[in-house]
Amino acid sequence: MSELFKVSSNPHIRSKATTNGLMMAVIIALMPAAGFGIYNFGFRAAVVILVTIASTVLTEFLFGVYKWRIGSPLAVNRQQTKKSAQAADEGTEGNHSGVLKSIYGKTTITDLSAVVTGLLLALNLPVNMPLWMAALGGIFAILVVKMLFGGLGQNFMNPALAGRCFLLLSFPTAMTAFDCDTYTGATPLALLKAGEQVNPLDMFLGHTAGTIGETSVIALLLGACFLILMGVIDFKIPGSYIVTFALFVIIFGGHGFDPAYLAAQLSGGGLMLGAFFMATDYVTRPITVKGQYVFGIFLGLMTGIFRIFGPGAEGVSYAIILGNLLVPLIEKLTKPTAFGYQKGGKRHER
Amino acid sequence: MNKAGERLYNGLVKENPTFVLMLGMCPTLAITTSAINGLGMGLTTMVVLALSNLIISLLRNIIPNRVRIPAFIVIIASFVTVVQLLLEAYLPFLNKALGVYIPLIVVNCIILGRAESYAYSNPPIPSLFDGVGMGLGFTFALTCIGAVRELLGAGELFGFGLMPDAYEPIRIFGQAPGAFFVLAALVAVQNYIKNVRKKAGKSYEKIGSGCSEDCMNCGDKNCAKRFYDAASASEVKQTETLQKKEER
Repeated sequence: MSELFKVSSNPHIRSKATTNGLMMAVIIALMPAAGFGIYNFGFRAAVVILVTIASTVLTEFLFGVYKWRIGSPLAVNRQQTKKSAQAADEGTEGNHSGVLKSIYGKTTITDLSAVVTGLLLALNLPVNMPLWMAALGGIFAILVVKMLFGGLGQNFMNPALAGRCFLLLSFPTAMTAFDCDTYTGATPLALLKAGEQVNPLDMFLGHTAGTIGETSVIALLLGACFLILMGVIDFKIPGSYIVTFALFVIIFGGHGFDPAYLAAQLSGGGLMLGAFFMATDYVTRPITVKGQYVFGIFLGLMTGIFRIFGPGAEGVSYAIILGNLLVPLIEKLTKPTAFGYQKGGKRHER
Repeated sequence: MNKAGERLYNGLVKENPTFVLMLGMCPTLAITTSAINGLGMGLTTMVVLALSNLIISLLRNIIPNRVRIPAFIVIIASFVTVVQLLLEAYLPFLNKALGVYIPLIVVNCIILGRAESYAYSNPPIPSLFDGVGMGLGFTFALTCIGAVRELLGAGELFGFGLMPDAYEPIRIFGQAPGAFFVLAALVAVQNYIKNVRKKAGKSYEKIGSGCSEDCMNCGDKNCAKRFYDAASASEVKQTETLQKKEER
């Protein structure tokens, strides 16, 4: 027993999960939906996806470069940041690739979160979106919602959804023009709202009008299964979200328990995309277990209210960013009792 | 006269009510959908601000301290009523565009703030110029915000189409969220400019204008209300510790 004990500060249990790994898993999980979107809507869907991703990644890169050049104004050791920047400059003088490499290392694009944001945003756009608008949405999502609030982990709402809502408010006509080569006319949800018949099987497979990534429920579920098997997400938020929404539709939808109507509501619009890929965003969901159920139930109620009583046919994106804003409150209310304490924060009597 | 120029400069730049003091946010955010609205609101406020400052300063020795706020409100409300009737008679389109925000000038915190912190304790002429300076600063800020929002949100400036036909207006800038984005961006720009010029050795300390109790940023070293001074604070501490030692 001559070996020394290793003494270190907590935390002592570390997970092997990295930001890169998680983001990569999400990207892989979104591939079926993106692939189906390209198959369904044609080559232009791929162009929209690539332009949006390029805009998000480039924005994050340029912001990183700018922050590195001036030193973060929020950083306490601003002088130090500047010095290290100068040192990096001097150290790699005359070596162009070296400078590029050091800049590359200083930015945060390597964590792939910008790619995920761009991909999610693109999947939320109609295929005929003018490309500069798609790029503008990407710039807004990264610059205003994410980087100005402190970067990954500090954004107060889902950047991709905020970008979508920005575009929806800015260009209402372009964002709701779902006519393209393959389909003409309204989305199934809009038809449903107008009281017309829709085919739930088509909606499940994805042969309908809509945004690039939301139409095919089966492709989205495939990705969601992958994420659940990988342990990236679990059923707490999506499950409580979808169940609450289904109950809301049964009670207030005006159709009673009508399986066809219910199936159409569940597989229409961005519900599956939102429930599995956006509501479960690590940064903007509650950490506490109870809080996650509360969050899911809130999203379900809000989506139901927006879809059934609201003027528009769709309400998933607004429901989720509204929920994102309530997350600090939910976490405060559902704070678990620490070990050794009674409810209300009192210590156990010995 | 020098004093008057100082008041104008203070209101426009050093203590710009919108960009520095962040006062009067309600009209700033609500009515700046176009440059002309911003200009109209700013000028209306300026007239009320200058006149009420003048009258309050003239009456400052008569108004009892305890009821000064109701007294200020009565004076401000009278001027707002006058201005509103004038607008209704001569500029009906502006009156319609500004709507409920004209009567709301009564409770605009810039006006009450200047009355309380400057006019109530200073002579009439500087008070008048303080009002004009603050009003011009407010007008400048509102016109800037309105111009940016109109240009981006409608592709126009003062009603003239400036953008090419291919430009699709980003409608969000004409709506409430756009007001916040533009205000934040303009505040950031002016802070950036001020930081650059501060480094070049220019002073942006507030000029002993009504006390905002911000002694850290106040240039008035002889102020009677001054409660914080880096040098004197350390002196006080030293004497205290000396006294304690002596007691021991």
